[in-house]
Amino acid sequence: MMDFAHWLPIVWAIILIAAISIYVVLDGFDLGIGMLFMTERDETRRNVMISTIAPVWDGNETWMVLGGAVLYGVFPGAYATLLPAFYLPIVLMLVALIFRGVAFEFRVVTKGTSRARHWDFGFMTGSAVAAFCQGAILGGVIQGVKVTDGAFSGGSLDWLTPFTILCGLSVMCGYALLGATWLVWRTTGGLEESCRHAASRLAVGLFVGIVAVSFWTPLLHAPYLRRWTEWPNIAFVAPVPVLVVVLGLLLAASLRKGHSRVPFLCALGWFFLCLSGLGITVWPYAVPPTLSLWDVSSPPSSQFFQLVGTAIMLPIILAYTIYSYHVFRGKVSDADGYH
Amino acid sequence: MQNAHDIAFLLARFQFAFTVGVHIIFPAFSIGLAAYLAVLEGIWLATGRQVFLDLYRYWIKAFSIVFGMGVVSGLVMAYEFGTNWSVFSKKAGPITGVLLSYEVMTAFFLEAGFLGVMLFGMNKVGRGLHFAATCCVSVGTLISMTWILASNSWMQTPRGYRIDPSSGQFLPDDWLAIIFNPSFPFRLVHMGLAAFLSVAFAVGATGAWHLLKARRQGKMSTEPVRVMFSMAMWMATIVAPIQIMAGDAHGLNTLKYQPAKLAAMEGDWNSEGRAPELLFGIPNMTTERTDYAVGIPLLGSLILTHSLDGKVPGMKDFPRDQRPPSPIIFFSFRIMVGLGVLMMLVGLWSLWHRRNSTLFLSPLFHRVALCMAPAGFLALLCGWVTTEVGRQPWTVYGLLRTTKSVSPIVLSSMVVSMTVFVVVYVIVFGSGLGILVRMLGRAPEEGERNADPSHASDLLATHMHPAVVDASTTKGA
Repeated sequence: MMDFAHWLPIVWAIILIAAISIYVVLDGFDLGIGMLFMTERDETRRNVMISTIAPVWDGNETWMVLGGAVLYGVFPGAYATLLPAFYLPIVLMLVALIFRGVAFEFRVVTKGTSRARHWDFGFMTGSAVAAFCQGAILGGVIQGVKVTDGAFSGGSLDWLTPFTILCGLSVMCGYALLGATWLVWRTTGGLEESCRHAASRLAVGLFVGIVAVSFWTPLLHAPYLRRWTEWPNIAFVAPVPVLVVVLGLLLAASLRKGHSRVPFLCALGWFFLCLSGLGITVWPYAVPPTLSLWDVSSPPSSQFFQLVGTAIMLPIILAYTIYSYHVFRGKVSDADGYH
Repeated sequence: MQNAHDIAFLLARFQFAFTVGVHIIFPAFSIGLAAYLAVLEGIWLATGRQVFLDLYRYWIKAFSIVFGMGVVSGLVMAYEFGTNWSVFSKKAGPITGVLLSYEVMTAFFLEAGFLGVMLFGMNKVGRGLHFAATCCVSVGTLISMTWILASNSWMQTPRGYRIDPSSGQFLPDDWLAIIFNPSFPFRLVHMGLAAFLSVAFAVGATGAWHLLKARRQGKMSTEPVRVMFSMAMWMATIVAPIQIMAGDAHGLNTLKYQPAKLAAMEGDWNSEGRAPELLFGIPNMTTERTDYAVGIPLLGSLILTHSLDGKVPGMKDFPRDQRPPSPIIFFSFRIMVGLGVLMMLVGLWSLWHRRNSTLFLSPLFHRVALCMAPAGFLALLCGWVTTEVGRQPWTVYGLLRTTKSVSPIVLSSMVVSMTVFVVVYVIVFGSGLGILVRMLGRAPEEGERNADPSHASDLLATHMHPAVVDASTTKGA
């Protein structure tokens, strides 16, 4: 039983990180496309951009609901500490996602009126604010939360620091890159070209962000620094920064050479490496720097019961998610027929 | 400072009630409408009659709007447990959090995964597969309702748990007992029927509006309008009486497991036999009496115990600090019941018109059906107020007090978030309602345009040539 209580939270931490990663990349390109709306004024192109994600955004956002629910059921101590700690950015993010989500339908049914432009504005701003808040919350978790007797005891603006602002801007940049490379893959003609240009600039921005966050993070808490600099850890973690550079070069080359799918996969790779890096940094803390995974876990009976359901459902969910993407595969073009 | 804390606590409650109250409308709408769409598409596939496809395409546009609003307002709920009720979520998370996770995994993904195919896939997958997608979405809404009501019912009538002495956490002992707790089956049936009834009256009112409009313009009503109105009135005729019986059974269940709630609903102070049923009154929590009471003798005992001298509970049976606020639920309960009876009468009236072949010819009846548009949703909201306010002063009935469940959020943050939520909800859901009303104000046409609500599927359909797909697969390295 002791072993069970030790291993279950580890298994769940991995599932949770996977769910967050899936959310980040899937809704990442949705939110990225929302931000790219700012640079694209042409109505037809905007419609094409939105139609590449309209059939799937709902499912993408569901991963975020799963993240919240898993945290609630499996790590209630973390859920109960982190959510009050990030109360304001979470409320702001939820409101931003409301505007983003309803704009999909509202902008179309109000087409041709001045209201349509308001919903376009809501779509852009909602996407940008949600992206910033997600980055800031992630940064805030790394930065740490003040806890007394297992409950949040800090101030309501503790999360707002230069470090979290940097994280917020980096995530905005990263999501925009995901969105741009997704459109490179899924569209043609002038839209594809302009996204290719945008992607190269965003890639530079994100790279700068990654480097800055990577050097800043170990300075926040001593254990973080030790994780990345002490032998033998360093042998295991060294490949992460190396791979970041390799993928960056591959991304730049593939954008130049006109590949359609590789840039998106490289951007995904970057996100995967960054999230792994964060996981390595804060492990095994659920609420750095005080509460570990085991401090915040629900009892093994809860975790086990939920694990059974997850083991059955997750493969099924992945299967029909892939099916749904498969139905709407291929290039969406603005070249002919629509005008 | 204590005062600021109290205000923050009240705001946390009001904010949660407000956001969940707005949210609950949309899932209820989706549950009923998804089932209606599945029925329409099924009949179309079976009979090949164009009118059912027209209606499917007409209502799916409204569905996409309603579903979208449900998703975004529901996302708020998944995080609000933690932001506003962190102590509750820490203690009850091992049970309610797990049930919510099951809901996400078995229902939300199913709905979201097949919604894209349902909305945009009519021309991209076969008819059978498209119907399967519609059914998956409909089943998803029903599964979702099942889990969230299991969780809510567990908070009302907790079973199958143990309390950890050191942390005060609720530990699951028996998951079957947790899920199938005593009030769950009753609540599930009552809520499911409420969702169907709400949508029946919304669809019926839409049909009635177009019948009236056609009449005003001196035109014949179209077949889709008549079919939708007739289907809705059948639902009202059949479901409303069943709902009243289900409500009665749920009331008896409450009498057995939550007598304090029942006494507050009835405005009864003294436990007695041969109790009257109050039609009106103003319960006064301080003086412990119900002022201006107007009641029907013996009926209270008859309804609650199904016998004339059955003993019904009174609020004085319970300590003052364990009584729910009677003035609220006394009225919410009566509004709900009143609307339920009205809905049943409309159903019966439609039967009379049907017998006389005047169902599509009576302007008076159509006007009444139009006015009944929000009746189902209002009754549903009043029902929720009754059961949730009636659970007070507890979050987990009899075990965890609401005052002990709240997050350590300071007043200033609460004020900011409350303001933001109210402003945003009024703008977004107000606009959504406006869009929906305008959309339904347009009559369904014969040969209704493609099902999608946007240009998305036009673009997808016209531009995704197989050749382009091939090119992209070879082009991507």
